[in-house]
Amino acid sequence: MSLARTRRPVLGAALKDAGLAALVAAGLFLPMVGLRTDVGPTGALFLRTRWTDVLLLMAIVFAGRFLLRFWQEWRAERHGPSVQKRLAGPLSRSGRFVAPVLLLFALLLPAIPGIGRYELDLGILVLTYVMLGWGLNIVVGLAGLLDLGYVAFYAVGAYSYALLAQYFGLSFWICLPLAGLLAAFWGILLGFPVLRLRGDYLAIVTLGFGEIIRLVLLNWVSLTGGPNGISGIPRPSFFGLAFTAGGGPGSFADFFGLEPSPTHRVVFLYYLILALALLTNWVTLRLRRQPLGRAWEAMREDEIACRSLGINITTTKLTAFALGAMFGGFAGAFFATRQAFISPESFTFIESAIILAIVVLGGLGSQLGVAIAALVLIGGFEVFRDLQEWRMLVFGAAMVLIMIWKPRGLVGSRNPTVALGEKRTISAAMVAEGRG
Amino acid sequence: MAPILTVENLTMRFGGLTAVRDVSFAAAPGAITAVIGPNGAGKTTMFNCITGFYRPTSGSLTLRHEGREVALHRLAGHRIARAGVARTFQNVRLFAGMTALENLLVAQHRTLMAATGFGIGAVLGLSGYHAAEQAAIGRATAWLEACGLIDRADDPAGSLPYGAQRRLEIARAMCTEPALLCLDEPAAGLNPRESLALGELLRAIRDGKAAEGAAPCSILLIEHDMGVVMGISDHIVVLDHGSKIADGPPAAIRADDKVIAAYLGEGDEDEEGAA
Ligand SMILES: Nc1ncnc2c1ncn2[C@@H]1O[C@H](COP(=O)(O)OP(=O)(O)O)[C@@H](O)[C@H]1O
Ligand SMILES: [Mg+2]
Repeated sequence: MSLARTRRPVLGAALKDAGLAALVAAGLFLPMVGLRTDVGPTGALFLRTRWTDVLLLMAIVFAGRFLLRFWQEWRAERHGPSVQKRLAGPLSRSGRFVAPVLLLFALLLPAIPGIGRYELDLGILVLTYVMLGWGLNIVVGLAGLLDLGYVAFYAVGAYSYALLAQYFGLSFWICLPLAGLLAAFWGILLGFPVLRLRGDYLAIVTLGFGEIIRLVLLNWVSLTGGPNGISGIPRPSFFGLAFTAGGGPGSFADFFGLEPSPTHRVVFLYYLILALALLTNWVTLRLRRQPLGRAWEAMREDEIACRSLGINITTTKLTAFALGAMFGGFAGAFFATRQAFISPESFTFIESAIILAIVVLGGLGSQLGVAIAALVLIGGFEVFRDLQEWRMLVFGAAMVLIMIWKPRGLVGSRNPTVALGEKRTISAAMVAEGRG
Repeated sequence: MAPILTVENLTMRFGGLTAVRDVSFAAAPGAITAVIGPNGAGKTTMFNCITGFYRPTSGSLTLRHEGREVALHRLAGHRIARAGVARTFQNVRLFAGMTALENLLVAQHRTLMAATGFGIGAVLGLSGYHAAEQAAIGRATAWLEACGLIDRADDPAGSLPYGAQRRLEIARAMCTEPALLCLDEPAAGLNPRESLALGELLRAIRDGKAAEGAAPCSILLIEHDMGVVMGISDHIVVLDHGSKIADGPPAAIRADDKVIAAYLGEGDEDEEGAA
């Protein structure tokens, strides 16, 4: 009896919802599918109508929407809390093991049998994005500043290394910190005028900054080579031991008495980017537990309250910006040395968008989430290369689905930085996203 | 004794609207000074001037603390907080996604930041920070105890009940070790029992007895409800339509004709007189 009473409104609501969806579908498909111009036998255009196809599509949409709604309501009624709520416990508990397992996997990857040059290159690519994601996570995830021009700092790092090496013959190990410092400097330079802006305005100005850097690189031909880029960028050495293909005296293979192999350099680059990424992670995790990191997060939660507590918003934002930019610069220097060739084409807006997508999908402020998102997004992109243009569609759909299912990203919850008793994760619903 | 805060001819205009008009008063040190008035009287606006969120159109604000005089109307918001003025907000503004304890640690940002060598030393693991953080946690714990929130220390601030959020905001303000605590309608939305407890807490804060190691602290209190302030205030300033209409000890205010008229909603005639 009571079951029937509760069931009926569910049915009604689902029917109504499905009807609406079918109407929307009709509006879309009537002009798009229903009407079609074809070339007739005489060569003239004529209008062909395909009403049955439209009806079929509407029926599919109706049925699909109805089933989805009905299933949702029915589940909610029978099981109480939704699937995600019930999964939240085990997921967060298993989360504790995911990070060490991933780390171990990353450390041992080159030693795993069957891992060849291609897999290592893919690993390097993924790790580069993990590092960029972690760097941007400082700005967007912790400090809550929406930065759409992060790739600018990546570019500054890459060109810093390339130019310093080319003009002054400095080695990679001297250029790496310099590239980071220069990127941080540009971060501060951009930050000063921009950080008064909030939310959408900040996003647009940072977007513009990214484009400006790219256009300068493109047009300052005498310094940067313009669209031709810079080639012949020196490769890094292992404490002075070069990775030359033929071995030879003073090379890595010669020193360790190994068979010369091009894989050595790839493995070395792999561990280099792994170390750089872990450095980013280590600094971020440490800072998060300290006043500066807490001030970033507090600023994301409520800027006005921060000001009332004597926190200087401008300098706090600048530190986040500069630090994020610095790690972007490190990654850029690595990119330059790995490719041995850079051009402005590698630093387009789409790169900023991908890095931001990694941070948002992974969960603002979550280190593990960002790493997983980079792995899934970049790795997946590579693995499904055969699908060609379909992969864009699939990834777009996957991103939309994740954002519907978990609006705050894969790992949206927050770990407190200190506790008197036991630390309990804070649910995503509490945590603010920041708006500027 | 010299007043801790002197407000002189304070005026704040928003376009054509004068929210605060030529208000002068002084707040005595070690006392609870209340600013009361009907809704829209300009109390919050005056607070925002004192705490640096608005720049006054004209007039001066002077804080006297430890033998120094600070002109508040010339300072940026975060510097006013550093000069020793802490505040709470009419609509509670906590860091909702951070725990109660974290909220109180953010309030001690300045001292902790100095101990970390401005962020760099701590990353490199230099000593000194650990002790400073332990001291900060100690102070936070003392204030959580004073406000009856010690059981909720590790809960996110956003999940606390409303009354607890108000008390946490006071605790957070006190963790900045202010000389003057400004409270904007702290009793709004509290039930009578909670209001009574709040009165106790405020008196203890004034006398420096609320938490271990706390110094006495002057309080400037905004309240809409006259009943709440009468019991705990040492001095009352009454605003109506942006102007000060009375200033004195509670007993005198209670008997003041203008105040009674304003609170009975007969202020319309006064408005023209004052304009
Ligand atoms: N930022 C602002 N811009 C314009 N008008 C404001 C602003 N802030 C306050 N006011 C106006 O000033 C008057 C006093 O407001 P307020 O100080 O909030 O009163 P109270 O706190 O005493 O209730 C009101 O008429 C309000 O509309
Ligand atoms: Mg108010």
